[in-house]
Amino acid sequence: MSAPAGVAEAPPRAAAPVAGALREAGLAALVALGLFGPMVGLRTEPGAGGLMLVQRWPTVALLCAMVFVGRFGLVWARSHRFPAFLPALARAVPLALALALLFALMLPPLPTGETLLSAGGHDRALALLALFVVAGGVFLALGWGRAAPAVAVASTRSGRWEGSLRRFGRVLGPLLLALALLLPALPWVGRYTLDLGILVLTYVMLGWGLNIVVGLAGLLDLGYVAFYAVGAYSYALLSTSLGWSFWLCLPLAGIMAAFAGILLGFPVLRLRGDYLAIVTLGFGEIIRIVLLNWVSLTGGPNGIGGIPRPSFFGLSFSAGGGPGSFADFFGLEPSPTHRVVFLYYLILALALLTNWVTIRLRRQPLGRAWEALREDEIACRALGINVTTTKLTAFALGAMFGGFAGAFFATRQAFISPESFTFLESAIVLAIVVLGGLGSQIGVAIAAVVMIGGFEVFRDLAEWRMLVFGGAMVLIMVLRPRGIVASRTPTVALGKRRAISGELVGEGHG
Amino acid sequence: MSGPLLAVENVTARYGAVLALDDVSLHVEAGEIVTLIGANGAGKSTLLMTICGDPPARAGRIRFDGADITGQPTHRIMRGGIAQAPEGRRIFGRMSVLENLLIGAQAVAVDPGPELARVFALFPRLEERQAQRAGTLSGGEQQMLAIGRALMSRPRLLLLDEPSLGLAPLVVKGIFAAIRRLNAESGLSVLLVEQNAQAALRLAHRGYTLQTGRIVLAGTGRELLARPEVREAYLGG
Repeated sequence: MSAPAGVAEAPPRAAAPVAGALREAGLAALVALGLFGPMVGLRTEPGAGGLMLVQRWPTVALLCAMVFVGRFGLVWARSHRFPAFLPALARAVPLALALALLFALMLPPLPTGETLLSAGGHDRALALLALFVVAGGVFLALGWGRAAPAVAVASTRSGRWEGSLRRFGRVLGPLLLALALLLPALPWVGRYTLDLGILVLTYVMLGWGLNIVVGLAGLLDLGYVAFYAVGAYSYALLSTSLGWSFWLCLPLAGIMAAFAGILLGFPVLRLRGDYLAIVTLGFGEIIRIVLLNWVSLTGGPNGIGGIPRPSFFGLSFSAGGGPGSFADFFGLEPSPTHRVVFLYYLILALALLTNWVTIRLRRQPLGRAWEALREDEIACRALGINVTTTKLTAFALGAMFGGFAGAFFATRQAFISPESFTFLESAIVLAIVVLGGLGSQIGVAIAAVVMIGGFEVFRDLAEWRMLVFGGAMVLIMVLRPRGIVASRTPTVALGKRRAISGELVGEGHG
Repeated sequence: MSGPLLAVENVTARYGAVLALDDVSLHVEAGEIVTLIGANGAGKSTLLMTICGDPPARAGRIRFDGADITGQPTHRIMRGGIAQAPEGRRIFGRMSVLENLLIGAQAVAVDPGPELARVFALFPRLEERQAQRAGTLSGGEQQMLAIGRALMSRPRLLLLDEPSLGLAPLVVKGIFAAIRRLNAESGLSVLLVEQNAQAALRLAHRGYTLQTGRIVLAGTGRELLARPEVREAYLGG
């Protein structure tokens, strides 16, 4: 009975997907026509007699055809049992290609005589290629996890992703660290890459710092830049007016920022969610506006200049060399690169310190209390956890690392002004934390590299890059609503022995 | 000190302008299971929360083991030998079962080892699932975890708020058996708030009924079960 039924069913099963895929692809192409028609097909350009309407229907046709083919391939592939990798690839390549093409079309036209392959178009070609590769990689990674088993339920699907990611992460973490450590020594790495690395690491550090507040303790902070600013200004003022060295001012700047964190923490102790976000947002703005208006102390909009550079155990990095300089002491040719390399390792060390402290604390009662607080504040109170001190320590520690990063920023730039501490900075750092997956250290690092690095790579796209990032963020949030690394590994597990030392629990805090 | 373990004396509590507890007095002796039954909104959960100091009592006194704990901050009260498994369980969903249990012990600075062994002996299921994310446990297991987490602080009085909420009858039976066992074996005092009046009154030595913030009846579990007004109001006639 079962065998004939199987035979009878076979032909329709083969025919239906193609027809269905065709229908679905046609529908998608129609939608694309409706969207691309006005968006791409019509373009206004300044002409002789005012604006001229340029029509670009061939391009629209091309885009619609791409959508048709892509959609068809997608639906068709879904009905077949390929290795998980193939449909993901089939999906990622057209999507990324479409994205890159769309941007190519949206950009202002190249100067006459230049093409993407000629010298004048290289930058753009590179940017588009990078966009294609990055977008393709993201789509592929996202699609891979999703496409895996056709019957998988949501939880196992994400479990699969987490599993492969965790396996990957075990290698990726040390790999990234090794790359970060060796970066200045790599032959093809120049000044530009190092500067970019410093910038990325600054945001990695800020992300890790904010991760304590938002990711672990669950306190949504939209004004994190305030602590960055407090750290930067503390360092700038202490070093310029008192002449103290970087190594003395750095911890002081962190302490000042931590105080600012506690200062913010007290009034918001009872607030949660939206209300907390609004107050912290206001706090960030207050700090910036105070810096702008307290001219006698901060120099107002003129900022503070001439901030001393850090020294290497008392050896300066003066470009001219001379006695007492780094180059002189080690018998090297004086070079401005020394300072850049030094700054790079400095911020790397600071970021790693942040990471190390966070990882350590997570395993201890305080960190566990933070996470419990994020999960359920009332339950925390019912278990005798002092919610007040727990929140304040989270604010203070997060702020302290923000302050360190601020001090580093000040010494690197040698000039700071309130313009560097706008809400946009808070938003970027928060985006890094959210995209990375709240509470995940490696996720934050990846997100910072992608966001800040990507920001630089796409510099040629001018104002369009905001659109790219808006789109990328929306995509990640749609596909991975809990961030790139949404899983959380328990910080403690019992071995066979089941021996728990008092160290695991320790003294109650607060 | 030979008085009751917990004494609630003429306590009043309000949420803003709303009077939630009106001159409530009750006591729990050492080694006793006392249940508090009443309709929705009668103030049962509020009473448990007020004992924990959140919201604080506006009038009256709460004494634990002879010491006045009225007006003390919640975390201090909870470190003094009272533990609560709150309504709705409120476990830490994204953390592992083991982490949940350890948090229960950390504020009181007891050595978690023996407590953990005791909790695992009481609820072997928790030991099997110790590495699992607490949010993925079944409702009954989550309730076990909530109770286990409260027990980790080695309390002398356990406040249980609606442990049967949303659980299948068989699971409820298991939870209630565990409560009885805890009480019988280690002499733990329990103040149990329940909607499931029948089961609660059978389990408890004594009971109180609460109506719009006032205690209206008190007696042994058996007495209350026999009272016509209790039968009518809470046991469906």
